[in-house]
Amino acid sequence: MSLKPVMTGRGLTKRYGRVTAMDRADFELYPGEILAIIGDNGAGKSTLVKALCGAVQIDEGEIRLDGEPIHFSSPMDARDAGIETVYQNLALSPALSIADNMFLGRELYKEGVAGSVFRMLDKKRMRDFAREKLTELGLMTVQSITQAVETLSGGQRQGVAVARAAAFATRFVIMDEPTAALGVKESRRVLELILDVKARGMPIVLISHNMPHVFEVADRIHIHRLSRRHAVIRPQDFSMSDAVAIMTGAKEAPAEIALPEGAVLH
Amino acid sequence: MAKDQPPTQRGPQEFEQVLEESASEVASFEVHDSSPLARFHHFLHANPTAAPVVVLVVSCLVFGLVADNFFSAFNLSLIIQQVTIIGILGAAQTLVILTAGIDLSVAAIMVLSYMVMARLAVQGDVPTLLAIVIGLAVGLACGLFNGSLVTRTRLVPVAVAVLTWVLLYSFGMPILYIVPLGMIAGVAVGWFSFGPALEVRLPPFIVTLGAWSIFFALNLWYSQSETIRSQDIDATAPLLKLFGVRVEILGAQFTLGSFLMIGIFIVLWYALNWTAWGRAVYAVGDDKDAAELSGIRTDRVLLSVYGAAGLICAIGGWAAIGRVGSASPQSFYEGNLDAITAVVIGGTSLFGGRGAVFGTLFGALIVGVFRSGLKLGGVDVLWQTFAVGLLIIVAVAMDQWIRRVSA
Repeated sequence: MSLKPVMTGRGLTKRYGRVTAMDRADFELYPGEILAIIGDNGAGKSTLVKALCGAVQIDEGEIRLDGEPIHFSSPMDARDAGIETVYQNLALSPALSIADNMFLGRELYKEGVAGSVFRMLDKKRMRDFAREKLTELGLMTVQSITQAVETLSGGQRQGVAVARAAAFATRFVIMDEPTAALGVKESRRVLELILDVKARGMPIVLISHNMPHVFEVADRIHIHRLSRRHAVIRPQDFSMSDAVAIMTGAKEAPAEIALPEGAVLH
Repeated sequence: MAKDQPPTQRGPQEFEQVLEESASEVASFEVHDSSPLARFHHFLHANPTAAPVVVLVVSCLVFGLVADNFFSAFNLSLIIQQVTIIGILGAAQTLVILTAGIDLSVAAIMVLSYMVMARLAVQGDVPTLLAIVIGLAVGLACGLFNGSLVTRTRLVPVAVAVLTWVLLYSFGMPILYIVPLGMIAGVAVGWFSFGPALEVRLPPFIVTLGAWSIFFALNLWYSQSETIRSQDIDATAPLLKLFGVRVEILGAQFTLGSFLMIGIFIVLWYALNWTAWGRAVYAVGDDKDAAELSGIRTDRVLLSVYGAAGLICAIGGWAAIGRVGSASPQSFYEGNLDAITAVVIGGTSLFGGRGAVFGTLFGALIVGVFRSGLKLGGVDVLWQTFAVGLLIIVAVAMDQWIRRVSA
């Protein structure tokens, strides 16, 4: 029994006018792994990620989710398919509470007539769920689940965004630069959080420029260069300077694509 | 593969090792040493309606001491009657301002809607109830017109409305029927999302400033600048004056319009606080991009907000016929600014995402109390207006101060 990828991309191409942002790029994500995506600015990694989460529609190529071809026309489609994204700007509403933010766009309604006719929100159930999820991830250091997100620190906000993604994702989570705006200590908390989410069996796609963070948590590193996948390496086999050399073209890419144990390239 | 360097170690970096010994509590609020002022500040931030309630109570007490007949049942019920129409317009305005927009056309929508109701019922062969429903539809159409311009600039419904006008006009149909029919045709086409959109989003201030003039001109064209007299309404369509009917409670007279206003506030309060739509309205006003990424269809929310605002204005129009008695196309010229005043004094932030609809009710009452109290105290009208101006500036200053909560 071989390990099958959760998501694959084959020959993904995206053009903006004359600019080809992504040129026949490939991608796979396997169950239970953290796949880091690194690449220089303009290498096309953010286009790749946007294609995976539905924010960008590809011109050519095929995306498969659990082996089935799939087409996302909006981030909502990807979300409905169980793919959650933690955006770099977090996509939280500052004046709304933590619980409101976690359920924004997917609120729970009361049972019976109150919910079906009057569309009444079940605030208690949402609060309880939010509290439970934050506690699971060790984030219940906030005073109250009804406190506005704007009163939280940067790390706590990141925690809320990660908890929201982890709570609702059924396929995998995409994290875009989760430690970019954080201090040393808060970055560490978020990295632990990422490993925590992985320990629950949730695959993660991690986009980061921070090599130490990538090498610490990633199982495989997807190196994007010149609009396509250039190499996939295991962090155990290479040093950070090798990875940077491959990424910038100073060093030749290894011939084989690194795969998780027991996996076959489809 | 040659390895010129040892494989990278997994785990925290060397400089991060010291973190284990570092303080483990997360940034928390220093509750113990907060001054009374800071606590008051936090209270106001958490309860956006608190400030207007305090101002309302204090101003009632002050005017009660200064003018002896302020607290008479007659005066209090008069204040409530006077704020009814502005309160309803303010409720509509609150919805729009919560989304970080503004609607300068609320009063124009209201006047156009009630002129349609009154003319159809009095001068046309239309049953009063149907005339009212058509008037409400016209208000909805005006709101959706604003909404479509601030979201995706859908031009087909507008073109259909204008085309219907031209077509029916050339068939010799009186203007009396043409204007509402064209607008309803436009809404019907928009409902089926028919036709392309420009994908241009225009700023609400400019859109509604233009719409104000457009609706006002439509209104003059439709009404032929002619007032529908009170006697004519009484004779043919008394239902139009339903919300002017008075009921006596505890010696004070209330109009049905006052209850309508309070009913509208309760419905909006429920919708804003207890439905997903309400959360979406706040989220869109707070940070539109974040709301979009959270899966909220922000354009749809905005369109619904402007449409609802138009409908509420039309309901206010029905109440306005009862309040004024007649239906004049020239009335409520200051209604836009009075409604915005009520919203601002009620503590809703012009930057969107913060505030509460009941604040607007208190804001409208504060203006009413000030005007009434100063009048009973024998102060000239110009100083009443002066006081309202001061109130607005103080309210906005308070809003800025309250928003700085993280301090």
